[in-house]
Amino acid sequence: MHSGVVAEFETPEALERAYDALRAKGYSRLDTWTPYAVKGIVRKGPESDVAWVMLVAALLGGAIGYFVQWWVNVSAFPIDVGGRPLHSAPAFIPIAFESAVLASAVTGFVVMLGHCGLPRLHHPVFEIEGFERASIDRFWLGVDERDPLFEGDVGEELATLGALRWTRLEAPP
Amino acid sequence: MSATAPALQLLREEPTGGEEVLLRGGSDLELTDTLLAPLWQQWPWLRWALGITGLGALVLFGALTYTVLTGIGLWGNNIPVAWAFAIINFVWWIGIGHAGTFISAILLLFEVRWRTSINRFAEAMTLFAVVQAGLFPIFHMGRPWFAYWLIPYPSEMGVWPQFRSSLPWDVVAVTTYFIVSLLFWYMGLLPDLAAARDRAPTVLRRRLYGVAALGWRGELGHWRHYRIAYLVFGGLATPLVLSVHTNVSFDFAITQLPGWHSTIFPPYFVAGAIYSGFAMVLQLMIPARELFGLKDVITKNHLDNMAKMLLVTGWVVTYTYIVEPFMAWWSGDTYEIYDLLVDRPFGPYAFVYWGVVFCNCIAVQALWMKKWRVSAWRLFVVACFIQLGMWSERFMLIVISLHRDFLPSSWRMYVPSWIDWTILGGTVSFFLFLFLLFLRFVPFIPISELKEMRHEMRRRRA
Repeated sequence: MHSGVVAEFETPEALERAYDALRAKGYSRLDTWTPYAVKGIVRKGPESDVAWVMLVAALLGGAIGYFVQWWVNVSAFPIDVGGRPLHSAPAFIPIAFESAVLASAVTGFVVMLGHCGLPRLHHPVFEIEGFERASIDRFWLGVDERDPLFEGDVGEELATLGALRWTRLEAPP
Repeated sequence: MSATAPALQLLREEPTGGEEVLLRGGSDLELTDTLLAPLWQQWPWLRWALGITGLGALVLFGALTYTVLTGIGLWGNNIPVAWAFAIINFVWWIGIGHAGTFISAILLLFEVRWRTSINRFAEAMTLFAVVQAGLFPIFHMGRPWFAYWLIPYPSEMGVWPQFRSSLPWDVVAVTTYFIVSLLFWYMGLLPDLAAARDRAPTVLRRRLYGVAALGWRGELGHWRHYRIAYLVFGGLATPLVLSVHTNVSFDFAITQLPGWHSTIFPPYFVAGAIYSGFAMVLQLMIPARELFGLKDVITKNHLDNMAKMLLVTGWVVTYTYIVEPFMAWWSGDTYEIYDLLVDRPFGPYAFVYWGVVFCNCIAVQALWMKKWRVSAWRLFVVACFIQLGMWSERFMLIVISLHRDFLPSSWRMYVPSWIDWTILGGTVSFFLFLFLLFLRFVPFIPISELKEMRHEMRRRRA
């Protein structure tokens, strides 16, 4: 989110209560910034698809790894070693497995960053005074301007829910 | 693998929870500042240590340059002992590199809580150990500038690697292990690099840590994807860590050589790897917790648990030491029986064999006593014995199996040259140098994870 209202909370419990209260009222475009994953909130959202992407990458990587070995040893550069079969399936398994793991890990890392919109060194929220403690010990909750229920007084509402303070987040022009 | 799994189960059921794994009270801010302090403070001893180990690293580069310019005839290798120090050190370093991923991945999946304070530390150790390991096979080639021939690429010569040999498996396994461990480590670091960015005392450091953190904000969406990716990484790294030393053991087990040609090698190597890796974690952790004053984050409970892991893997290794000669005797093969039942215990390298037995099987038994498990310096001494024992074990496996070929006319003793010793010592220095740099510039205890763990523990108690 780039614009709306953000509020600072002291504890993860307070954040969770406020988050639940706003959700119960029908707000749908909420965001949080926390120093660690607050399970109560993270688990409520939709599941990440990173695991599935990694599975597909693993299968593809393994298949490619096997294919390269087969093509190299059977077609491109066949060598007869004591009459052993050129297509020695058991001998191709270790590299196929490693290729699967490598493809899955690299894809998972890149897709995870992509989903998070990283790397992105600057973001409007960094302009908020005191926001640097969002990575240390403070818990921030934001209501996006694009939320259908969004109104100017949502900040007051956050204050009644236990926020230490709230402020407007303006997208840079 | 199957031998260590019940041990993990035991560890999990043990009532290790509670504040025993984290004694520090205070606010999250205080905890963060304590754990970030090594980054901002000046440590006079660290300068000295960096200077000395840096010098050692330069000696290593010098010895390697000398080797490349002159040829590997400088080493003690001969025929039949063509695989000597280079492979011993390779296997030893790779083995040390196993504990990191074991701690961060396998213990993550088993939800072992004491892992949190030490996992990053162990992961960094893994990366730097794999760097040392990688040097040896490359320089053992004699013409390291052709190392890229191991990669399948369409060359002018039309020559391709032979994938039915176990050596390319090893290359792929070690490379994959390094890349995956690096990504896993870096991913875990992102939230802590963001914390370092936000607490950095100077603008320059804020910018450097900011770039390293890739702009991590800890958004809801970030955590959602991060958590799943991290968990799946753990799931991937678990079979990976077991596969790497399995592949290393294939370099030996696939051959026809008595003493190597054995199906017990994969589990034997993996257990040995984890054994020496845990010993190395202790060797690094015990001085570090002392010097940085982190005894309430890395508690006696951690030492106790690590010591128990040593005891478990020590027994797995002892078991294989018993099964190996039994299998040789059972096979009825003259050469196998000679190698394992005569040459090893009574041959010219018998002192290595008995040294291995003492260091790996007997010294570790001291850890049955709680007093030895929770006393940092006692444990450190035991870890040193194990490290020495595990290095000697690889010497035993490689040199003793090779030095007496099938025909006595091909027997020859192996003595390492001074260059061999210099390179081995140099890699130890280079490893410590990289590790000290890591301690100096990277938050080496997972701050975000510790805070999360503390939050969860408080919640459960409430």
